[in-house]
Amino acid sequence: MEQLINPTVVDLSRFQFALTALYHFMFVPLTLGLTFFLAAIETAYVVTGKQIYKEMTQFWGKLFGINFAIGVATGLTMEFEFGTNWSMYSHFFGDMFGTPLAIEGLMAFFMESTFVGIMFFGWDRLSKPAHLAVTYIVALGSNLSALWILVANGAMNVPDGGHFDPDTVRMVFDDIVALIFNPDAQAKFVHTSTAGFMTGAMFVMGISSFYLLRREHRQFAAHSFRMAAVFGVCATLAAMTLGDNLGRLDYEHQPTKIAAMEGIWDTTKPPYAPWLLAALPNDAKQENAFEIGIPYILTPIVAHSFTTPIIGMHELEAAAGPRIESGIAAVTALRRYEQSHQQADLEQFKAHEKDLGYGFLAIQHAPNQDVTAITPDQMPNVVKQTEPDILPNVFVTFWAFRIMVFIGCWSLFVFAIGAYVALKNKLEQNRWLLTLAMWSIPLPFLAAEFGWITAEAGRQPWTVFEYLPTFLSASTHTVGYMVFSLIGFALLYTTFIAAELYLMFKFARLGPQPHDPHGAADAVHVSIGAATHVSATATAH
Amino acid sequence: MDLYTILKIVWAGLLCVLFIGLGLFVGMDMGVGTLLRFVGKTDGERRAALNIIGPHWDGNQVWFILGGGAIFAAFPTLYATSFSVFYVVMILLLFSMILRPVAFEYRSKAESTRWRESWDWTFLISGFLPMFVYGAAFGNVLEGVGFHFDWMGQYYQDSSFWSYLINPFAILCGLMSVALSIFQGGVMLMMRGEDPIYTRAKNCAQWGAIIAAVLFIIGGVWVRTLRGYVLDSGNPGMASVPMTGQHVTREVGAWMHNYAAHPILWIFPLLGIVSMFVGAALARGNSPHVAWWFGALAWIGTIGTVGASMFPFFMPSTTNPDQSMTIWNSCSSEYTLLCMLIVALIFVPIILWYTSWCYYLMGGKVKAPSITDSHSY
Repeated sequence: MEQLINPTVVDLSRFQFALTALYHFMFVPLTLGLTFFLAAIETAYVVTGKQIYKEMTQFWGKLFGINFAIGVATGLTMEFEFGTNWSMYSHFFGDMFGTPLAIEGLMAFFMESTFVGIMFFGWDRLSKPAHLAVTYIVALGSNLSALWILVANGAMNVPDGGHFDPDTVRMVFDDIVALIFNPDAQAKFVHTSTAGFMTGAMFVMGISSFYLLRREHRQFAAHSFRMAAVFGVCATLAAMTLGDNLGRLDYEHQPTKIAAMEGIWDTTKPPYAPWLLAALPNDAKQENAFEIGIPYILTPIVAHSFTTPIIGMHELEAAAGPRIESGIAAVTALRRYEQSHQQADLEQFKAHEKDLGYGFLAIQHAPNQDVTAITPDQMPNVVKQTEPDILPNVFVTFWAFRIMVFIGCWSLFVFAIGAYVALKNKLEQNRWLLTLAMWSIPLPFLAAEFGWITAEAGRQPWTVFEYLPTFLSASTHTVGYMVFSLIGFALLYTTFIAAELYLMFKFARLGPQPHDPHGAADAVHVSIGAATHVSATATAH
Repeated sequence: MDLYTILKIVWAGLLCVLFIGLGLFVGMDMGVGTLLRFVGKTDGERRAALNIIGPHWDGNQVWFILGGGAIFAAFPTLYATSFSVFYVVMILLLFSMILRPVAFEYRSKAESTRWRESWDWTFLISGFLPMFVYGAAFGNVLEGVGFHFDWMGQYYQDSSFWSYLINPFAILCGLMSVALSIFQGGVMLMMRGEDPIYTRAKNCAQWGAIIAAVLFIIGGVWVRTLRGYVLDSGNPGMASVPMTGQHVTREVGAWMHNYAAHPILWIFPLLGIVSMFVGAALARGNSPHVAWWFGALAWIGTIGTVGASMFPFFMPSTTNPDQSMTIWNSCSSEYTLLCMLIVALIFVPIILWYTSWCYYLMGGKVKAPSITDSHSY
């Protein structure tokens, strides 16, 4: 390194990425969920020909549109942020990571964005089945889009389908099938899209409850509620099962992530090992200051067995020691090979190649951030200092995971009761349930955010698991650059959320209107709509 | 020529196609955004103008995203380095690009004049700025940028961002790209708009094309005086590493070498200039549909001119010319380029097919929607 890595810049880059990704991810799950919900109602419209289903499609479609716009806008940031803020990551991993991202654009995003215009504007230019087909294409497109993004994300967590190439000093792609069928990516995709369906279902159910509480649009709301509740039960059960499967995979591929998620410092003793309901992990002291758990269930949950011990973080750390030392040898040989291009240096590198990432990890603790300059006396000390770096932040990972799980369970409860009551046609008699459903709208959004935090904070300290550490991945910006962009993003995104919430509340309050977007009847309906709007706002205050 | 070299050249060509598509389609929407306040004096007129591109802007914007994705996949080192080196303008570009979708979707969903006025200003800024940055980026790479790499391939910036922000040649290129976008946007407004939008758009489109042509010619003369770059030694089939393996020298007028060696390349600047003037004449003669296609030819001419003059350079370095990024040293591996080529060959025709179907479906003149109609833009 000719210029020392500035940890403040790295932290600010991470903060900015988390901010923009979490913000983007507030809009994605609802898009994923609502598209299929829209397709389902419109199918009902085409099959039965009942006008109410068309109104439902158009009304929920409008809310979908408000949400979709920001989803697209903030997604743009993500596509460019790898280049603007993570130059080393993009150069090192772009050969593998760029491919799914580009395919996403070509295969999914183009389709989704082109047809979404037709979905909104094409009602009176297309036959009913043709419009339905367009809606399905949008739903398919947005879910395909999620698939490719998660294939890219999967590669960061489990870099299958590529290898490190010493001649170009970067990861090189060699197997597209392995990349696509990366177990982590596949498990994440189904977990994420079902979580999206959950979010969509809760959104529809909550807003319908709002109307039922006010005794407005009753038939419309009861219909929407029933469909959403049933959809929600299925989606939540699926998200839970598939999430469990994802955890099972992490246990094999990323033991540090699992240990941090479950707060396991010392290797467990099955079968007694408890699943922690709550704990206070202390990262500095490497222990849980306090913990309560349910005995006997950790091992079956994580390992799907009764006898496998879960490796604790202390043991994982100790096991990393030799890998760090071997990794330092790998980096040293690689650097020599870059200058000499001698076979001998290459062979020496090959002998330590599998630990290369651990050598990079030691850079922070090497004199002048140069691992080739570490003397034999300094070596044990550098290794010792690097060992704790292999762990993610346990407090964050542990709690993010728990919050996600708790919200998931709560949502299942609300959906299940909702479905039961709705199918018995007793919604309006159970106002407490309606109130509960309405206030539960934000929860699946939060669960999705905490899910992202669990997955990505748990991946640390790597951007490419066991190959490239996060602190090496960032662009070499100055603090000034980062402050400039962060202030900009914060201002812009705050404005967006204010505008989005204003419009969402406005149109949700306004409610569904019998409406023909381009017809002559427009003005009449709009004035009715405005009147309802006034009365609705009046009741609200 | 080995397969790897062929793939590199094919991808550099595809990148040019993407740049042309981006300039044309995104530029058209940006032009409408820039012109919005001028072609539409009343709210109804502005809404009519917005609804002309209403069904298409979202799909068009994907050209921009696809451009980013394709550079990432095919030229990861170029993607990583150029986006980081141009950080300040890239962030400004991003801000204006992310404001646009929101402006479209939100502008007409509330009735207050202040709300709509604010979004109209957003359209102006987010139409002008990205096209300006887009053109200025080409100007900057023609002049070269200060950066170098360390042994692992991490870049380091060697010149302050002011040097590429306040740079006369880059400003000229930026303005030219804005002028072309105004032409394309104006022509689109003529195609689907009615009076008074039609007449105002016609005026803007003519001037846009003429100004673009004049700036293009000035730029062409200017390039002869720039210190260009010459690749003295470097193997096109080389492993893609920007750190070592090339030798580059600088020379005044080097950007004209390719034209001297292959006079056929003059077809690009000629096509550019002729298309811009013919486009202006056609707009004047009330033939916006034909003029639109000449706008497309103008973009082919412009991007083609830059490509022909810089080949094989992407982004030359002023501080360490040997580490300049070229088609040969900043691309993906052979496997990735091949995979991506197959994917592109399958999906690009499909995209072109459904995009043109959408234009066909949504064709026809657009009237101003009623003020409270919240389904239209």
